[in-house]
Amino acid sequence: MGKNLFNKVWDLHKVASLSETRDQLFIGLHLVHEVTSPQAFQALRERGLPVKYPQRTVSTVDHIVPTQNQLIRPYRDDLAEQMLQAIEQNTSDFGLRFYGLDSDSQGIVHIIGPENGFTQPGITIACGDSHTSTHGAFGALAFGIGTSQVRDVLATQTLAFERLQVKKIDVAGSCPDGIFAKDIILRIIADLGVMGGLGYAYEFAGPVIHGLSMEERMTVCNMSIEGGARAGYVNPDQTTFDYLEGRPFSPKGEKFTEAVAHWQAMASDPDADYDDVYQLDATSMSPMVTWGITPGQGIGVDQNMPRLSEVDETEVEITQKAYEHMGFDEGQKIEGQKIDVAFIGSCTNGRISDFRAAAEVVKGRKVASHVKALAVPGSRKVKLQAEEEGLDRIFTEAGFEWREAGCSMCLAMNPDKLVGRQLSASSSNRNFIGRQGSSTGRTMLMSPAMVAAAAVEGAVADVRNLI
Amino acid sequence: MSNNPAAITAVQGTAIPLPGNDVDTDRIIPARYLRSVTFEGLGAEVFKDERFNDEGSPKSHPFNEEKYAGAAILIVGRNFGCGSSREHAPQAIMRFGIKAIIGESFGEIFAGNCTSIGIPACTADEQTIDELQKLVQNNPQLNFDLDLEAQTLSSEEKSVAVDISPAAKTALLAGTWNTLDELLQNEAVIEEVHQRLPSFV
Ligand code: SF4
Repeated sequence: MGKNLFNKVWDLHKVASLSETRDQLFIGLHLVHEVTSPQAFQALRERGLPVKYPQRTVSTVDHIVPTQNQLIRPYRDDLAEQMLQAIEQNTSDFGLRFYGLDSDSQGIVHIIGPENGFTQPGITIACGDSHTSTHGAFGALAFGIGTSQVRDVLATQTLAFERLQVKKIDVAGSCPDGIFAKDIILRIIADLGVMGGLGYAYEFAGPVIHGLSMEERMTVCNMSIEGGARAGYVNPDQTTFDYLEGRPFSPKGEKFTEAVAHWQAMASDPDADYDDVYQLDATSMSPMVTWGITPGQGIGVDQNMPRLSEVDETEVEITQKAYEHMGFDEGQKIEGQKIDVAFIGSCTNGRISDFRAAAEVVKGRKVASHVKALAVPGSRKVKLQAEEEGLDRIFTEAGFEWREAGCSMCLAMNPDKLVGRQLSASSSNRNFIGRQGSSTGRTMLMSPAMVAAAAVEGAVADVRNLI
Repeated sequence: MSNNPAAITAVQGTAIPLPGNDVDTDRIIPARYLRSVTFEGLGAEVFKDERFNDEGSPKSHPFNEEKYAGAAILIVGRNFGCGSSREHAPQAIMRFGIKAIIGESFGEIFAGNCTSIGIPACTADEQTIDELQKLVQNNPQLNFDLDLEAQTLSSEEKSVAVDISPAAKTALLAGTWNTLDELLQNEAVIEEVHQRLPSFV
């Protein structure tokens, strides 16, 4: 039996066995942001420890930055200002690479890693953020960690970790028009449940996955975590290598050729062993929308919301709670639900291809008058690229606000928040109660093109009718 | 048994039941309370949006009930702590006074974060959880003893078996749940691995 990528990369990075089930794992790349790191730096100071390999750390600021007047300091929010000063101070004291507000590479940590070529196949990556799984799109093992572990990686470049099992998710068929990576992952989570991935890394495979661009693969891997998996990855292929060639921190010249050979060798063997396999055919899929309060409560836009009598016994309670919070009725249609806010952005869908897809829907149309619509690039590079292509004008002419880079309304640690019971069509990744900043606010997750369709129609709409 | 002073072998005290499944980290500690450079004060913000309305008046919630004040053991349902990797979630629970959590299942990063700060996160089946929650609701003063070595949760009323991941159990019992010292030891091998892997200078 051959070996899968997960186990190859794990073995390559294993430092020692700590106990029967726990290994010490070397972390090739550590990504740091302002929210989960201050207490970790403090712990290093208390122990008098340096950062072990500063060149393996990349830091930025994304969660708390406003997306308007981003450069005007001090921030009006004292707490945000304090956090910003802390990361500036910490990265300077410890000698770390920092893409701060004065850098053209600032942006959401999961967007700037790949676009600068730090994220590479066959490496291990850790970050104090659950959506670190995004980087698995390149065939890296990428783990979201807590602050104590951020401390461990800073001080030792290693983690105490248990090896995961691997579930292969094989997506066959072909992707119809109007179906995007977001729809595929929402469908996988709806099928396997929000606990389907517990104890697993997901290997996304099959013709549909390998037909996706790198940006789309990132969307899929990003939401592995919403499916309960600790990590997700796609085996590296020519699409991966083409994306990486010429990026600022990718290997250059002969080194690149050598790297490709190494990357190819890290991919799962054709006869690799898996702990579980799940098969899905994308051919008859519809665009997906979540109607409830967990990312698993997704349905096709042309379907009705479930009746309590139809759901699995274990789902009854959460289904009831979802209806209570969302204010929808059992069996209602999702299409036509009037929205208040449209949000395109986040580490799930804040990349250039997302804005291109949304702009195609928005072009020549107007945002419904009752809708507040935000387009928030995931990084400064995405923003500049979009502006070069004139996408910003398409959005603003339609009535979207075109903002500066950051996490924005994905989690509302910055001024972008839902107000009261507003219903939002969001391209982000979590529809948990309170996630977008209002304890009574409501979130429906969907692809950026679907958010664009909802913005112009003023209600949940089937994007296939608009393209 | 380890003589490491950090070893955690048992947790004793009264319990607090929190019925319901899929309690995510945004509910445990809403994102706006993450705007801080320390974990201090988080105990007061735990379950903030569920415990208080927008005007700050308390709502009905187990964490607001006098009868559960001082509880050391939290009893929860399925998929507790799913969502983000924020260590603020177990930190807030710990700073509220909780020393152990028993649930049907946990979000994986959450469970790992619990171990890293010395909080045993143990599991039991749905029926057991249900019975435990009812038992505590009817008798909030009941004292429990969580024995990690034996993997039992006992009270005068009953004793049940609980499960815990072997890695977490080993780390808690040996007092190595704070992983830093253990990881600092293998310096030479760390350097070897660093040398043979690509870097980004
Ligand atoms: S965009 Fe959202 S999910 Fe992604 S890192 Fe920012 S807050 Fe987290």
